[in-house]
Amino acid sequence: MLDQILACLPEVVAVLLYAIGFMLLLLHKNLIKKIIGLNIMDTSMYLFLASMGYIQGNIAPILTEGATVADYINPIPSGLVLTGIVVSVSTTALMLALVIRLYRAYHTLNLDEIYIEIQRGRR
Amino acid sequence: MTMLEVVLLLFLLVCAVAAAVTKKLLVTVVIFMGYSLVMSLIWMLLQSPDLAITEAAVGAGVTSLLFFVTLRKIDQIETDTKGKEEHHEEQ
Amino acid sequence: MKSNETWKSWLRGDLDLTDTLPEAQMPSALEPTGTETSQTSGEEQPASMKTLERWELHLFQKLYPFFAVLMGLAIVVVLMATVFSLPRFGGEDVPANNEVAERYLADGIEETGAINFVAGMILDYRAFDTLGESHVLFTGVCAVILLLESTEEVNIFRRKKTKKRAPAPRLDLTKDPILHQAALFIVPIIFLFGIYVVFNGHLSPGGGFSGGAILGAGLIVYASAFGFEQTERFMNRKVFRMVTLCALCFYSLSKCYSFFTGANHLESFISPGTPGNIFSAGLILPLNIAVGAVVACTMYGLFSLFERGKI
Repeated sequence: MLDQILACLPEVVAVLLYAIGFMLLLLHKNLIKKIIGLNIMDTSMYLFLASMGYIQGNIAPILTEGATVADYINPIPSGLVLTGIVVSVSTTALMLALVIRLYRAYHTLNLDEIYIEIQRGRR
Repeated sequence: MTMLEVVLLLFLLVCAVAAAVTKKLLVTVVIFMGYSLVMSLIWMLLQSPDLAITEAAVGAGVTSLLFFVTLRKIDQIETDTKGKEEHHEEQ
Repeated sequence: MKSNETWKSWLRGDLDLTDTLPEAQMPSALEPTGTETSQTSGEEQPASMKTLERWELHLFQKLYPFFAVLMGLAIVVVLMATVFSLPRFGGEDVPANNEVAERYLADGIEETGAINFVAGMILDYRAFDTLGESHVLFTGVCAVILLLESTEEVNIFRRKKTKKRAPAPRLDLTKDPILHQAALFIVPIIFLFGIYVVFNGHLSPGGGFSGGAILGAGLIVYASAFGFEQTERFMNRKVFRMVTLCALCFYSLSKCYSFFTGANHLESFISPGTPGNIFSAGLILPLNIAVGAVVACTMYGLFSLFERGKI
């Protein structure tokens, strides 16, 4: 069991981070914490993708003297993750802007209090 | 898989749990900033320097900055997750 | 027990919750399904709710954490089982290392002229991906402008403001001598490093995204140390619009030639040049500059919108 975990530790850590982020997203009532949880889920997926492309003992995919094709790691996951990191900052900014608007309308960050404010506003 | 990688990966888990259980929002954001920095070290160890530079600039820099500015805008820097302010003078 | 009764009597409409409702009496997390049922009934019967729907809501808030944890555990079990059936970390036999990556690594230098294979991949082979990503950034900053640009306080239900505190006293950073001196020293270095990273994207690690983010961070440091009046001189709304528009249009136009020459077997008339020179790799250098401009403008624009409500 321990050997199995150590054999693919980055993937195991990625799954655990995904679980932590998911639980934070589902169970916490504070909106900022929810956004942090979503960011943790993002980075866990990036870790999983990048660890798929890593080959033990190989070098970064930048042309080096005397290196052959078999000496580089896989560049495709790097490109995908590079795309994802920059997209995640824009989604985070959008969510934070929505949080600011919610706070301006209801003066709270708690989802339940926002719900109660909505119910009171309806009546 | 070197010892350094194992330590850094476990540190990621510790950071994520700490970000989940801390009460103050500002502390959460600072822990997330450290999480991003450790993540950029791991990219470096996974031989992806492009990702390391981008994560350090975007994840640890700009994202945390946006969180800080948001907390400042909504006057929540001194509050915990329940929305209550800490009272230092009572202690 | 008492908190549940409070919550239920509020649902019946008997009790008007005051502003000083203790935290312990709050129900647990609610989801759109629970919200929907109560909202529809609230429109039909403003004063009270049907018994069934109230019980649904009550049951929902009881069961929600349980099912959330169950769902998380199920996901973890499935993913862990998958992870343990994966090949060993760092092995050569990972299925992701297939002929596509070999082709990129073997022929990338001749076809794109970029020494950094990742830059050659994301800006030549997969340039449409990057184009879409630049537009995602642009759309994101547009949405933030829509959300944050009007500075008036919005209160949807015109209720009196609850728990309105006086704004916390803010440190005026633009008068801080330590920050001034440090920024004077560090901002030129940040700009120089950002420009280096953008311009050497095809030769060394980095490229438009990371360099643009570094430039944006430098602009943010400059703005917070010397005030927005200083950055207004060269980075106002007009410049932001023009730079973003020109960069995105240049990217789109320079990559749409493949529509006319045929999507497969691209015959670019721009020569890759000598790999290793700064002016080489065909379109990758200008595309890096375009992406870097978009990212830098986006990062600074987001900060400016969050900080003062306008670019």
